Amino acid sequence: MTTVATTTRVELLTGRSWTTVCDWERLVPGRGVAVLLPDGTQAAVFRDHADRLYAVANRDPFTGAYVLSRGLVGSTADGRVYVASPLLKQRFDLATGECLDDETVRIPVHTARLGDV
Amino acid sequence: MTTSPMTTSKPTVVLVGYGMVGHRFLEALADSGAADRYRVVVLAEEPRHAYDRVALTSYFSGRSADDLLLAEEGFADRHGFEVHLSSPVASIDRDAKTVTTAAGHTVGYDTLVLATGSYPFVPPVDGKDAEGCFVYRTIEDLEAIEAYAATANVGAVVGGGLLGLEAAGALKGLGLETHVVEFAPRLMPVQVDEGGGEALRRTIEEMGVVVHTGVGTKTVVVEDGKARGMTFTDGSELETDLVIFSAGVRPRDQLARDCGLDVGERGGIAVDDFCKTSDENVFAIGECALAVDGRVYGLVAPGYEMAQAVAQQLADEACKPFTGADLSTKLKLLGVDVASFGDAFGTTEGSLDVVYSDSRSGIYKKLVVTADGALLGGILVGDAEAYSSLRPLAGTGNPLPVPAESLVLPAGSGAPVSLGSSALPDDAVVCNCHNVTKGQVRSAVTEHSCTTVPEVKKCTKAGTGCGSCIKLLSTIVTDELEASGVEVDKGLCPCFAHTRAELYEIVRVKRIATHRQLLAEHGRAPEGAEGCEVCKPTVGSIIASLAPELEASGHILDGEQAALQDTNDHFLANLQKNGSYSVVPRIPGGEITPEKLIVIGEVARDFGLYTKITGGQRIDLFGASVDQLPQIWSRLVAAGFESGHAYGKSLRTVKSCVGSTWCRYGVQDSVAMAIHLELRYRGLRSPHKLKSAVSGCARECAEARGKDFGVIATSNGWNLYVGGNGGATPRHADLLAQDLDDEQLIRLIDRFLMFYIRTADRLERTSTWLERIEGGLDHVRDVVVNDSLGICADLEALMANHVADYQDEWAATLADPDRMRRFVSFVNAPGVPDPSIRFTPERDQIKPDLVLLATEEELLAALDPDNALLETR
Repeated sequence: MTTVATTTRVELLTGRSWTTVCDWERLVPGRGVAVLLPDGTQAAVFRDHADRLYAVANRDPFTGAYVLSRGLVGSTADGRVYVASPLLKQRFDLATGECLDDETVRIPVHTARLGDV
Repeated sequence: MTTSPMTTSKPTVVLVGYGMVGHRFLEALADSGAADRYRVVVLAEEPRHAYDRVALTSYFSGRSADDLLLAEEGFADRHGFEVHLSSPVASIDRDAKTVTTAAGHTVGYDTLVLATGSYPFVPPVDGKDAEGCFVYRTIEDLEAIEAYAATANVGAVVGGGLLGLEAAGALKGLGLETHVVEFAPRLMPVQVDEGGGEALRRTIEEMGVVVHTGVGTKTVVVEDGKARGMTFTDGSELETDLVIFSAGVRPRDQLARDCGLDVGERGGIAVDDFCKTSDENVFAIGECALAVDGRVYGLVAPGYEMAQAVAQQLADEACKPFTGADLSTKLKLLGVDVASFGDAFGTTEGSLDVVYSDSRSGIYKKLVVTADGALLGGILVGDAEAYSSLRPLAGTGNPLPVPAESLVLPAGSGAPVSLGSSALPDDAVVCNCHNVTKGQVRSAVTEHSCTTVPEVKKCTKAGTGCGSCIKLLSTIVTDELEASGVEVDKGLCPCFAHTRAELYEIVRVKRIATHRQLLAEHGRAPEGAEGCEVCKPTVGSIIASLAPELEASGHILDGEQAALQDTNDHFLANLQKNGSYSVVPRIPGGEITPEKLIVIGEVARDFGLYTKITGGQRIDLFGASVDQLPQIWSRLVAAGFESGHAYGKSLRTVKSCVGSTWCRYGVQDSVAMAIHLELRYRGLRSPHKLKSAVSGCARECAEARGKDFGVIATSNGWNLYVGGNGGATPRHADLLAQDLDDEQLIRLIDRFLMFYIRTADRLERTSTWLERIEGGLDHVRDVVVNDSLGICADLEALMANHVADYQDEWAATLADPDRMRRFVSFVNAPGVPDPSIRFTPERDQIKPDLVLLATEEELLAALDPDNALLETR
């Protein structure tokens, strides 16, 4: 989680290197984008209304489909920011990957940062 | 055939009989994973694999013998079952533990399962074996009947039970003058009483089938070896050249008798609670078995239970004993609904009847109740809609929550009655996907302190499958909370304490055009909250409905609105299970030119899409990836198509019949009206989807009464019906006004739709809305016809604004680079196709490749390692 003020580029940590995602301004608050990682896996990157950046796996563990980037972002009464799967609506905490509707399920969380161009 | 049991070390299970129950046994054994612990030999009498005997009659309506097969291809091979067709068993040697077939082959067994079924009972009358006499049991029987009927003019069925009436329908369909002869004084004597039989008789006679009840068959008159007629016990005669005997079935227990197994006095192989015969190595299941309660069950469901029980024992699993089965049935015979359940004949001491009978329309409903009003059972003929809600209540002992008479009276005579959640017994299944009962839902509230629907979903898994039970689920949760004195939160979601209707008024009056502002000024969430997946699309929809009044953009992908839309609206397409989308172009009224049909075909072919005709008279194209959507739509828009809004909570289609232009019965131009309505209301955002239809005459071919607003032509104009629904809770639409001219019709629909949009809850269809709002249909009629609230001018103005403001969302999206940016597979690799979206062939088209989605490893393994998708930086 990072707070930013300036226009910069979003990057994801993959192995020991950083993969470029897109310009920060490309992210719409409350929505996500899908990112293809060098090993063939996929990530979902989100920006919330407080301009915080999140990255989790794009795969919805309940259906196997790579769709979490297309879910809606929400927050719980105690302030946890989550994405709701667009398929069957299970919610995943964007900071921890924990599923809020089934504590036995957790999705991988990626390290994201904002780098200068 | 292998003749020695010693070729394998595994114990051998021999199944004698390969009908529906035999097949269910094999399936259950395969499902249990125990199939490979046994050598399984199946000895079938018929020349084909197990088929759906219950649907036998559909053979005459075009289903081939292959269509009726139960097992998918390769089923037996895959599980190593050795199936021998045309191999009837002639004898069993229990000492040697072998069976011998009619052809003389002997197979040894460790466990023997008899599933020999039953045979049709043919009364011992003279001439019963003449040419032209048949029974109705196997595909071969049907083939023979079909061939013989080609030379026959008149056919008679002996037996007016379930199967007899099916046979009569088949003869009628083959073009024969058809008679049914029933010995009992009424049709279907096992399932219905006299009144029900009378209603059934009238409807069936109206179809042209001649019914003779209370007479027995004396002889079949034979000339030159062929059936020529029948004589009856009352002295009457009938000329007929084809006779079908369908006078009941008898268990096939001869094999068991011959080898000394216990059989019942009136037939049936005696079995214990676990379907074991008097020999511990021999089981009997299905129609050949005499269960511990002394009955032989001629229905398939109890047979399946027995099959399951034996398979579980072979798999060493805990097994539910079979002690008897519920004989409640609901079926459709010759197009007539017939249901009976519980104590249908009122045999309980002191039981009382509540009967509604309307001979004109062939409807008969009887409920059997106790003196203090508890439901014991019932019979429904002609309209069996209430069966599913009444059956679970029968025998529970609780008094009915409403007077029994209100449950048998036809809809529309007095206040509509539907049983609320309190009427359901605790063991009624609420969520079918996860088999969750009402009792489990209630205990989630009472014992696990769940106070919201999401908590109950998490606790019980109810509502997490298809989601069709969520409305019922929330009613139960609310009722339970109210009962325990908890104040129920009527708010839309954790972010808002207001209902959708209240938020609509706030947005309209205060002219708030963004979710952020509404959340900040009227939300209950802490400052800076995001909102949630419930309030975002709901508020997005309200803003879209009111866009012209708010002076907000009319395009749902503009500005903040884009961030509020569910994925379907966000990509203007329908998300499918593998992450691909489907595309539905608008085809107003279902009318389309050959040129446009060709364009759809070409687009589907060029993009490799799966095509299917929808129920709403349009064409759905499946399997498009996100990045293909703009390419597909450029072609469609260029050919004159526009968005069909299949993705939106908005107007879907206005279905139509062909109307007075072509149809000899049509009295109005239903197609022109349907197109006019579809173009008027297209793109209208509403609390839930809206469906409509226009029928050109009272025959109602467009099924308008199953729609949110349906129009049926009369010789004087149009009748408008509202609040209809298909889906999980079907409801016929109610008449709102009749004999309207075009202008009156449209004005009334304008008002009705806008009043619904203004007052309905989120995801509340017009049918539930109409039943929920205070005053129901009468109130809505008062408001939209009589203008009792003085708001009709406002409602009409809102609709006029919508119509003037309409634009095609797809054409507008293609024209705007900003809206187009979202249509990429990956933000960092826009040209690379999403590797998780793959398809496999099925019936000359594609289907999603779900194996690829099973684990991440599967997907990665399927990728070519030499062709890295991305270079590492």
